Amino acid sequence: MTTLKVNGHDHEIDADSDTPLLYVLREELRLNAAKFGCGLGQCGACTVMVDGKAVLSCVTPLLLLKGKEVTTLEGLGTIEKPAPIQRAFMEEQAAQCGYCIAGMMMRAQALLQRNPKPTDAQIRGELQTNLCRCGTHMRILRAVHRAARLMDTAELTTSGEGSAQ
Amino acid sequence: MPKPGIVGGVVAAVLIGGAIAAFAVTWRPAIDAIEPPAPQSFDPALVKRGRDLAATGNCSDCHTVPGGKAFAGGLAVPTPFGAIYSSNITPDADTGIGRWSEVAFQRAMRSGVDRAGHHLYPTFPYDHFTNVSDEDDHALYAFLMTRTAVRAAARANDLSFPFNQRFVVAGWKLLFLKGGTYKADGTQSAEWNRGAYLVEGLAHCGACHTPRNVLGAEKASASFSGGDVDNWRAYAINAQSRSPLPWTTDALFHYLRYGWDADHGLARGPMAEVAANLSLVPESDVRAIALYMTSVFGPPTQTRVSEASATRSEIKSSEQPAPADTPGAAIYHAACATCHDSGRPLPYSGINLRLSTALSAPDPRNAANIILSGIRPMSGERSPIMPGFANSMTDDQTAALLTYLRGRFSSQPAWSNAEQIIRDARRAETVSLQNPSAAAPAGPMQRDKP
Repeated sequence: MTTLKVNGHDHEIDADSDTPLLYVLREELRLNAAKFGCGLGQCGACTVMVDGKAVLSCVTPLLLLKGKEVTTLEGLGTIEKPAPIQRAFMEEQAAQCGYCIAGMMMRAQALLQRNPKPTDAQIRGELQTNLCRCGTHMRILRAVHRAARLMDTAELTTSGEGSAQ
Repeated sequence: MPKPGIVGGVVAAVLIGGAIAAFAVTWRPAIDAIEPPAPQSFDPALVKRGRDLAATGNCSDCHTVPGGKAFAGGLAVPTPFGAIYSSNITPDADTGIGRWSEVAFQRAMRSGVDRAGHHLYPTFPYDHFTNVSDEDDHALYAFLMTRTAVRAAARANDLSFPFNQRFVVAGWKLLFLKGGTYKADGTQSAEWNRGAYLVEGLAHCGACHTPRNVLGAEKASASFSGGDVDNWRAYAINAQSRSPLPWTTDALFHYLRYGWDADHGLARGPMAEVAANLSLVPESDVRAIALYMTSVFGPPTQTRVSEASATRSEIKSSEQPAPADTPGAAIYHAACATCHDSGRPLPYSGINLRLSTALSAPDPRNAANIILSGIRPMSGERSPIMPGFANSMTDDQTAALLTYLRGRFSSQPAWSNAEQIIRDARRAETVSLQNPSAAAPAGPMQRDKP
C-alpha cells in the first residue's frame, strides 16, 4: 500500500510502486480528466501538477511521489464553480475534440502559478510539449492570457472583458 | 657608482623602448569606413556559398540570441573571466558591420581586430578562422553583407580587470595565435584535406572539444581531448573517446548530418545546433569532416573492438532486466526502461543505454542535464523527444538513478560529484524554462530528407 495525496486528500493505493500515476488516477481513483495519449511522455495529454509543477503522469511512477502532492484538473474547480483556467478555456471556446485540453489547462495553470503574466512566447514555449491535433492553438493561447487576467482580478463573474489582443 | 643622469637615461630608454614595443604589439590602425554596399552588388551564387560556409561555421549559434534577430549578436558567452557578448554582424551601418570593407572583415577573421582597430576577444575563434581561405572569406563577407540589417548596439562585456582591457588580448595573441592559412597535407587525399581544412578552420570543432589552459587558449598538446561548454561536457573526439562503440566515418556522417546515429544517440545540448546547421551544407563537406575526424579518432585498439562486440551481443541477447533492488534501479525500471530498454532502434525509441557515451563520461553532467530537462527538437526539426523529469524527481532520486546507470551501463568507476552537478543541471533547466525560446533558433531550418 502506498499513500498518495491527490487534490488535498490522502488515498491508500493498492498498486505496484512502478505503476504510472496516470493509471492510478484513472483506474483506482476514477479521476478521468488526465488522458492517456501516447504513454511515452511525448504528447502531454496526461499532464497533472505535482507540488505545483507540470508533470507527465504517464511516465511518472508512483515510487517517485512519496511525500508529494498531486493536483488534477478535478482539484482546480467544478462544473458549478470552474477555476479561472477552466472558465477562460470555456469562454474562449478553446476545446474542439477536447482530448488535449485537460493537459493544456494543467500545464498552463502551473505556468501561471509561476509567472502570473506570461508573454505569448513564454506560453508557446511552455505548452510546446503538449500536442493538439485539432488546431485550436490560437484559442488556447488566448485562453491562457484570459486566465491570467481572471486570476489577476480574482473575481469570478461571467462578464468577461473581451478577447485578448 | 653610476651617475644618476646615466641611470635616468637607461631607465628612460627602457621605458621608451618598452612603450614602443608594446605599442607595436597592441596598436592596430583603423580601416576606413565604407558606404554600406548594396545587397544587389553581390553575386547570388557567392552569397549562397557564403551561406553554406556560415552554417559550417555555426556563426548563428553565438551571434544570435535565441528567438532574436539573426546575426544581431548580444548573446552572453560565459568564460572563466566573465561574460563576453557576441557582436552584431548584420550589415547595419552604425551597430553592425555595414561600414566594414572586405579587407576589414578579413582582418577580423585572420587576426581578431575589428574595423576600428580594437582587439577582439578570442571567444570569436579567430585562432581557427585564420585558416580560412581568401575565397571563403570572400563568400562569407558576401553572405553577411546581404543579411537583413538589424539595429542592435553591442552590449558591454562583463569582464573583471585586467581582462576588460583589450590590449591584454594582444599579449594573448602573441602567445597563442599562430596565424597562416591551412596548409594541405600532400600525403592525404583531397577529401581528407577538405575535412581537415573545415574542422581546423571554419567549423572550429576544437573550440569546444579541446580543453583550455588557464589563459583560455586551447591546449595544443591535448587537441580534441574534450572540453567544457556552458553546462555541458564536449566529449573527447580522439583516441581518448569513451563512446561504447568506436566511431566510424559512416556513423560520424550520419550523426553530423541528421543529428543522430543508431550506435551513438542524439546530438543535444550545444551540439544540436551544430548538427542542425550541418544539415544545410553540401553533403560532400560533411563527409569530408567525417573522414578527417575518423583519422583524428584513429583506428580503435583491440581492446575497444572486443569491448564493442561484447556490447553488441549483450544488446542482442535481450537479457532479463536486472532485479530492481536499489532505489536507482527501481526508478530506471519504472520510468526509463519503457523507452530505453524496448528493443526498438533509434529514432523510434530511446537509445539502449549500453551505447550511451554520457554514462561513460568523466562526470555525470550531460546525463543529469538530459534526465532533468529532457530533449526537445530544434525548432522546425524532426527529432525524437524525451520528457524531462525535473518536476517529478528530487535531487536524491536523480542521484540514485545516476549511480545505478553508471554502475550498470558503464565499466568506469562510480561518479563522485553527482550532487553539485545535479544542482547545476537543475539551475540550467530553470533558466531554459524562463527563456523558453532558448530551444528555438532564429531562422527556419529544414533538415534534409533522410
